[in-house]
Amino acid sequence: MKKIALSATFAAALVAAPVYAQTEIEWWHAHGGQLGETVNAIAEKFNASQSDVVLTPVYKGGYEDTLTSVIAAFRGGEQPNIVQVFDAGAATIIGAKGAVIPAEDLIREAGIDFDANDYISGVRYFYADSEGKMVGMPFNASTPILYYNVEALKKAGVTPPKTWEEFEQIAPKIVDAGYIPLSQSHSPWIWTENFHSRHNIPFATNNNGFDGSDGTKILVNNEAIKSHFTAAKGWLDKGWYGFYGAGWGDNQTPFENSEVAMWLGSSGSFGGMLKSVDFEFDATYLPYWESVTTEPKATFIGGAALFAMTGHSDEENLATAQFFKFLSSAEIQLFWHKSTGYVPITSAAYDLAKEQGYYDETPQAEVGILQLSLPSGEFSKGYRMGFYVQIRDVMNREFGRIFAGETDVDSAFDVIETEGNKLLARFAKTSN
Amino acid sequence: MNKAQFGSPWMPYLLLAPQMLIIAIFFLWPAAEAVRSSFYLEDPFFGTGTFVGLDNYRDALSASDYRRTAIFTGIFVFLVSLLSLSIGLMLAVSADRVLRGKSTYKTLLMWVYAIAPPVAGLIGVMLFDQHIGPLVDFAAIFGWDYRIGVNYWDTGITMIIVATWKQIPYNFIFFLSGLQSIPKSVKEAASIDCSSQNRRFWTITFPLLAPTSFFLLILNIAYAMFETFGMIDLIVKDQPGNSPVTLVYKVYRDGFRGNDLGGSSAQSVILMLLVLVLTIVQFRLIEKRVHYN
Repeated sequence: MKKIALSATFAAALVAAPVYAQTEIEWWHAHGGQLGETVNAIAEKFNASQSDVVLTPVYKGGYEDTLTSVIAAFRGGEQPNIVQVFDAGAATIIGAKGAVIPAEDLIREAGIDFDANDYISGVRYFYADSEGKMVGMPFNASTPILYYNVEALKKAGVTPPKTWEEFEQIAPKIVDAGYIPLSQSHSPWIWTENFHSRHNIPFATNNNGFDGSDGTKILVNNEAIKSHFTAAKGWLDKGWYGFYGAGWGDNQTPFENSEVAMWLGSSGSFGGMLKSVDFEFDATYLPYWESVTTEPKATFIGGAALFAMTGHSDEENLATAQFFKFLSSAEIQLFWHKSTGYVPITSAAYDLAKEQGYYDETPQAEVGILQLSLPSGEFSKGYRMGFYVQIRDVMNREFGRIFAGETDVDSAFDVIETEGNKLLARFAKTSN
Repeated sequence: MNKAQFGSPWMPYLLLAPQMLIIAIFFLWPAAEAVRSSFYLEDPFFGTGTFVGLDNYRDALSASDYRRTAIFTGIFVFLVSLLSLSIGLMLAVSADRVLRGKSTYKTLLMWVYAIAPPVAGLIGVMLFDQHIGPLVDFAAIFGWDYRIGVNYWDTGITMIIVATWKQIPYNFIFFLSGLQSIPKSVKEAASIDCSSQNRRFWTITFPLLAPTSFFLLILNIAYAMFETFGMIDLIVKDQPGNSPVTLVYKVYRDGFRGNDLGGSSAQSVILMLLVLVLTIVQFRLIEKRVHYN
């Protein structure tokens, strides 16, 4: 008898449980470790901020793994509401017409105000279509900047270089002070893609590829970048530049160990480095060649964006739109900016950071966003190319061969151009 | 001779059916799918695409690094199989001769096999790391500036060492059980006839191990060719750059990292044919010399 009473109570409790119809949405992302915890914190903040929607973040491995999983899920009809896709995969997901709902449309249809001008200019266009409509919601955005060891430069009696010509002046002095002057973590991103942007040189036909994949050709085989790599090989031979392979960390570690005085890395590396190094470091803009341009332009963003997948109910799409709105709010952007080092994506968040005096304590954190806000040029907003992961592989391979002395700069860039164009032509056929 | 017969002629087929079904679902169907998609360039999301005939094969074979990758794969597979088989055999023979503390030796030699491949790869990567690797410091004593990820052959040697190390215990287990299945009477008769331990090994023990060796040879080649790409990815830290890679790693890279399904399928069909030829050759040429009891 007691038993029956007990089960009756349970049953009643079940029935009486709150019957708010909560909408559940899922967000697949590529951030493990410390970054992953920050992602979870954002999801918790969102869930706590309202009671209609429950957002579940799911870590799916690295950027490529996440893209591969979402493709498999999409083909099985089990795609999440939101997926994070990185810069080099942008052409793949944006090119798959009908797989994603453009963020701008999603937000407008939800009846939420949307103004592209709220977003910082260097951030606004990278995940947009050729008309400038924002397709991906920029999430973790960073840009390449020059970090330097303050004491090393003081010992050498030099100031950080604004141009590569200046770098060549000060490098011998840094060597005399007992340091390798320079290392760099991502040659395709920093010394190729952003090199074109900073010097305002076209990187691909069809408006850097934004106008569509048909007939897009890579324009990487030009004199400016070839003379840059010729110079870099010279620096390597003279001991002015340390090359530690294509891996990101292998090139950052010698800077953290105070063997290298200056390091080209991501503005997003700042948060982690504050914790990992015990010396004073500062940052400045990505150097440029004065012989190429006297008016250097802004760089563009690397990192990843969030995409809303199709195939979900209106309620779920509305919930996704609400989350995008929440994510763009100044408070959340500032939280993300401060905890990770990634740049805030809206001007409002940037202003809030300034108001709170964040950059007075940590001026390094502002360098990335200032560089993104420099005057933009015709070719400085980035690129859109398919099979870009493979194109970067070709670049990394050929750059490695240049630095190992296995090939010369001219033949390396011939190979990058030929194989890059072959991959682009292949990609164009996939979207027919 | 009295042969057992099935009551119904359909019975053997019925009994074979589950196995056939597994082969069909897990081998024939994916293989057919790979062959089909190797003739297309597809959008990964929708699977819609253009029929391109043999273009994928032409592009794969004409890529500037295909030859280099194929040559490295050959060297890699040859050395990894040779080294892991011979070291495994040597250790098995030594362990078989030990009289006291046999099981301790065996356990010590086998336990590497219990390490999960990614962990093994990670340990290898750390031992050879540019900045913290103790083996790099060791090489520096001899004036060898060991630069994994920068120098082509330094990276290649690391891959060969790590892949071999992981495979030795596997071979060791099989060789040891092979050795223990050789009848004691044969061994004793041999030791009466011949006093040289070395000669006894090559004329008696080694031929009797031939079935085990042949089986291991095929498995080791398959291991070196197909199962090492995860370890390679760990060693190159996800950025192959100008480091040596194997053909399967390229299939993985282009297909799973680059979403080029057609190109990756064409490369795997080429590999499938290569392995088919290799297996036929092995069975035709080598198996003739193998004596099964």
